[in-house]
Amino acid sequence: MSLTETKTEKIDGWNRPPVIVPDGEGELLEVAMGPHHPSTHGVFRMDLALDGERVVRLKPVFGYLHRNHEKIAEQASYLASMPYTDRLDYMCPLTNNWAYALAVEKLAAQEVPERAQYIRVILGELTRIQNHASSIGFLIQEMGASGTPLMYAFKEREKILDLFESLTGSRMMCNYMRFGGCRVDVSTAWLDAARKVIAGLPQFVDEFEALLSSNEILMARCQGVGILRPDLAVNAGVTGPMLRASGVDYDIRKVDHYGIYDRFKFRVPLGDHGDVYDRYMVRILEIRESIKIVEQALKEIPGGPIMDAKAKIRGFRPKPGEAYGRIEAPKGELGFYLISDGGPNPYRYRVRPPSLINLTVLEDMCLGSNVADVVLIFGSVDIVLGEVDR
Amino acid sequence: MKTVEEIKAAIEAAVPGAGVEFVRNPGPAAEHSLRVAPASAVAVATFLRDDADLALDFLSNVSGVDWPDKEIAEKVKVTRTVTKTVDGVEQQMEETVDETRKRIEPGCLEAVYHLYSVAKKHGPLVIRMKTANRSDQVELPSFTPVWRSAEFQEREVFDLYGIIFAGHPDLRRLLMWEGFKDHPMRKDYVEPDDYEYEPTPHDHVLARAQEHKNRDQRTEIRDQGPGVA
Repeated sequence: MSLTETKTEKIDGWNRPPVIVPDGEGELLEVAMGPHHPSTHGVFRMDLALDGERVVRLKPVFGYLHRNHEKIAEQASYLASMPYTDRLDYMCPLTNNWAYALAVEKLAAQEVPERAQYIRVILGELTRIQNHASSIGFLIQEMGASGTPLMYAFKEREKILDLFESLTGSRMMCNYMRFGGCRVDVSTAWLDAARKVIAGLPQFVDEFEALLSSNEILMARCQGVGILRPDLAVNAGVTGPMLRASGVDYDIRKVDHYGIYDRFKFRVPLGDHGDVYDRYMVRILEIRESIKIVEQALKEIPGGPIMDAKAKIRGFRPKPGEAYGRIEAPKGELGFYLISDGGPNPYRYRVRPPSLINLTVLEDMCLGSNVADVVLIFGSVDIVLGEVDR
Repeated sequence: MKTVEEIKAAIEAAVPGAGVEFVRNPGPAAEHSLRVAPASAVAVATFLRDDADLALDFLSNVSGVDWPDKEIAEKVKVTRTVTKTVDGVEQQMEETVDETRKRIEPGCLEAVYHLYSVAKKHGPLVIRMKTANRSDQVELPSFTPVWRSAEFQEREVFDLYGIIFAGHPDLRRLLMWEGFKDHPMRKDYVEPDDYEYEPTPHDHVLARAQEHKNRDQRTEIRDQGPGVA
């Protein structure tokens, strides 16, 4: 039964999920899905109320991985929080580093040299590629294609993680960016290795797409499922590929022009229907655009220092004030809001987690669909619990 | 986008008695903000969202900030009359002394909102609201009916800071568990010694077991006779 056939009690005035009045006989079945469910990517619970197989209520429950990241960061110096940001969205450590570095640089009016900007773009886009590839792999896994597509994605991810490891010393906990630049310089050998990886990526995406994009099962499961209206998406603060899959042209790389993104030619892929299939497709297309950006950046990367000469590493105390820095992380808008009181620690350190805020509309997308589709819709949001619970 | 001063003027024209105050950001980022009076906040928010020029349809970030009571020591020059004995004669003299006086500036809780426009692609505009104090008057109006993205974020601020958002449809703790008492992000929060303690249905069983254990230990001590403490 679809949503249109059910009686919904509309509470008007604002974008609230409709309350579905079950029309059948019998009782509602309440199911706690999670916190240890294979589809929840970690410890996350959804309290479902089911009318037969149909979802009539869904309440997400958070906090299983909560460690009060913000409080810990307020008790540490600015730089000491840099390695800790890796643990937010542990699939994309470098974009977390970048967002935090950007916010602190804004707070302290710190310049970043050219070469470091290029390195940041290369690493940021590589992060996006591996995140999107593995998130698609997980999505297909949740559809029931156990393992194989995920391993295809992970094969490629592994090559990118090898690049991260050879540069930063760690595959997933990179701790690479600094306020005013980067930690270590890239070598010519590393750049060549990156070129080689990038040269192989279009073939991977083609292969991936040939296997999946027109696959009948994938289309049948994904098309028309979990539709998100653009007006609701904007109002609910949804960002990243999910927002663009609903057809809203909003990419912070294009809007804020942070770093040096205005120098590169790339397009912003948009979806038409805002369903799971569009989210899948937008991610595939974003991988292709990211490959283009990395190619351009690898071609143009200049020589020079990677740290600003005026950057203060010891005794870093920004002037009193506040700043909000944000970037287009693979999962959406990742922002850091910092208040300095002139001391060595931030007075207030706030992470704007895209994963958590994208889940605001989970209930709206899932109402009226089957439990099997809930798993799929949830997978298409692409979250990491390290960032949701902080 | 208009400057913050222009937006302030626009709000005051559209919402009579809005009580908007300009807050300077002294840092180099220079993102100045507007402090909105809680009474008219929802009207101001609706105006900011629906105004054709501003169209701030995207509430990006909601953060709580805690400002505890501050003790400010001030040096004040005080002139007083002192009786002094000069050359054996008592004299009344006027003397100016530096005196430190302590003044307590009452604290508050603050909610800060970062607004952007997806339609016009501009922003941010920072608006903020302040509670009357940190203990019993901690109510602020909820922006969830205006921007849905505040739903979880306001729940988080309620959970970690203890600001009560009036008009929020589902104001529960987000990250800490039900039944948790304090608000961990406040500056004066003290972490309990048994911070991993969580009430379980087996509490009374555990308590009984503890009692048994203590009794056994007591017996042991008695058996060893006097002299062993």
